[in-house]
Amino acid sequence: MSRLRPILPFAILALAAALAQLSLRTLGIEYCLTQLTMAIYYAVVVLGLCLLMGYAGQVSLGHAAFFAIGGYTTAFLTTHDFSAIQTASWTGILKQAHVLVARENLYGGSTLSCSPWAAFILAMLLTLAVAHLIGYPALRLRGHYLAMATLGFGLIVNKIVLGTALLGAADGIQGVPDWHLAPGLTVSGKRALRVENYYVAFGLMLAVLALLRNLVRSRAGRALLAIHDRETAANALGVDTASDKLRAFVLSALLAATAGVFFTHYTGGIGPSEAGVLKSVRYLALAAAGGMASLWGAAAVSIALNFLSLRGLFGTYDNAVFGAALILIISLAPEGPLQPLGQWLRRLFGPSSRRVATAAAGAPPSVSPAASNPGAQ
Amino acid sequence: MTPLLQVEHLRRCFGGLVAVDGVSFQVQRGQIKGLIGPNGAGKTTLFNLVSGLLPAESGRVRFNGRPITGLKPFQIARLGVARTFQNPSLFARMTALENVMVGRHARSRCGFFRCSLRWPGQPREERHIRAAAWEFLDRLGLAPLADTPAGALAFGQRRLVELARALATEPQLLLLDEPASGLNTREKADLGRIIRDIRARGITVLLVEHDMALVMDLADEVLVLHNGTVLAEGPPGQIQADPQVIRVYLGGELPRAAAGGELGVKWTEPH
Repeated sequence: MSRLRPILPFAILALAAALAQLSLRTLGIEYCLTQLTMAIYYAVVVLGLCLLMGYAGQVSLGHAAFFAIGGYTTAFLTTHDFSAIQTASWTGILKQAHVLVARENLYGGSTLSCSPWAAFILAMLLTLAVAHLIGYPALRLRGHYLAMATLGFGLIVNKIVLGTALLGAADGIQGVPDWHLAPGLTVSGKRALRVENYYVAFGLMLAVLALLRNLVRSRAGRALLAIHDRETAANALGVDTASDKLRAFVLSALLAATAGVFFTHYTGGIGPSEAGVLKSVRYLALAAAGGMASLWGAAAVSIALNFLSLRGLFGTYDNAVFGAALILIISLAPEGPLQPLGQWLRRLFGPSSRRVATAAAGAPPSVSPAASNPGAQ
Repeated sequence: MTPLLQVEHLRRCFGGLVAVDGVSFQVQRGQIKGLIGPNGAGKTTLFNLVSGLLPAESGRVRFNGRPITGLKPFQIARLGVARTFQNPSLFARMTALENVMVGRHARSRCGFFRCSLRWPGQPREERHIRAAAWEFLDRLGLAPLADTPAGALAFGQRRLVELARALATEPQLLLLDEPASGLNTREKADLGRIIRDIRARGITVLLVEHDMALVMDLADEVLVLHNGTVLAEGPPGQIQADPQVIRVYLGGELPRAAAGGELGVKWTEPH
């Protein structure tokens, strides 16, 4: 049982995902899966922010920009016609390595563009570089310099995207090809692949959840939490606070960009609204409403609210309803909606309640890994 | 043999105030050195300079003969200097055990990559961190509090957990900033025993403390700071009899006879 315990939440989540899909099918509204898939990609961004804010205690107001960097890099490289440079000798090598692939455009002409995998890798490298550029100076200092730096950065990216003809200006980039992740696994907006893509998105989120959960329950995660609580003390204990903060920021930026890449292949394009500062604020608010340091809560809240918003349930009051829902959650359950639920479940089933009782009675409590940090659930 | 810690002409100002003004002293291996002085004498500033939390304006600190001035606090900590703070600064959102586990940071290696992927060897290292932290807690009799959130601990317990956390870094030099302040008589007696035990394990201790009875009882040597300069240095008996020290502490000349022996015990700072 104790061996199975860490996998249990993942199993429950996978079951919930399958149930959601099946019930949408039986209700005859399977088209809702499209918005659910998009909401899951947004949740990946929120999970990264959760690590950055809830654990490392740093605020980023520019995560939509990282999402956009991932999305736009992919969209540009996979749709732009590089055949003009075909004469250069090294394009032959790139073609043989499948970095550049020939495609047919809408009018039947042949074009030469980047393969999705190569575009993905380049998007990651670009994000890595940009995140270091922003984070390095801002995180040497203590305080909320990162919030200011990322706010400015988000505005700049938004303006660049809007003002660059190569990136489609106000229209964005359309016609992004499918991404064949593996044989039989394609990121695509095609109707026939809707269910498959729902599970691809879900699998990505589950993988990110697993990575982050491993991280926060380890030496590196404790260091981040220590930095958040008392940076000076953490540093005096041998934690390289500046570089750990930078690592957390870069990791969360990479997650945002990854979500952007998947999202762009899924929806077949990306527009400047994805790079908007309000989007960044929304990600941030969702991470806060999820309970900051609660990965499960962040995922649940952000999927639910983004799904309803994408379904157009809130109509023109979208931002207002969004804000109101967040205020409600934060005032009623400041630790995130899953925290009270989790405590209730634990009281009902968990052996941990007995452990707490023995600890209170003065007996030495057990040192099981499961006893550590219930706040990190 | 070179002294473990050599402080040479250290100086630091805050605005117009010279907090530490050309202080030099040494701490020998295996020693318990007491650092006393009235409030504002520059004791905590000196600690912050030695542990790297504040940059020095001039002067030098050597640890094991190696200059450590200009290094970051985490680098100094990794070399083997641990410290506690005047106000116990535990990580409130972690349990007592997890706090001490952070103390093992400098003695373990797995970073972001290996931790998030549970790379081969990482789970084992994690178990070692936990076991070692448990042992350091247990050594100070804190095992029953292991799973208590740090924010829920009593003041004296916080001090001890912080001490366990500092010891978990396995330092050669331990800087204790007023470890007895806020403790009751019994806790103070326990603390004295613990500090002796720490020294018996080969750890050198530099101790800032206002409780004179404790300092005079524990320290092999006492350094008196006053207005950022060294006023006197020597064995406890000599310091207790030093007329300059008495004047600084009691604000006036005392009859010679009253200066010795028992008087020292009553020297406690009004808060």
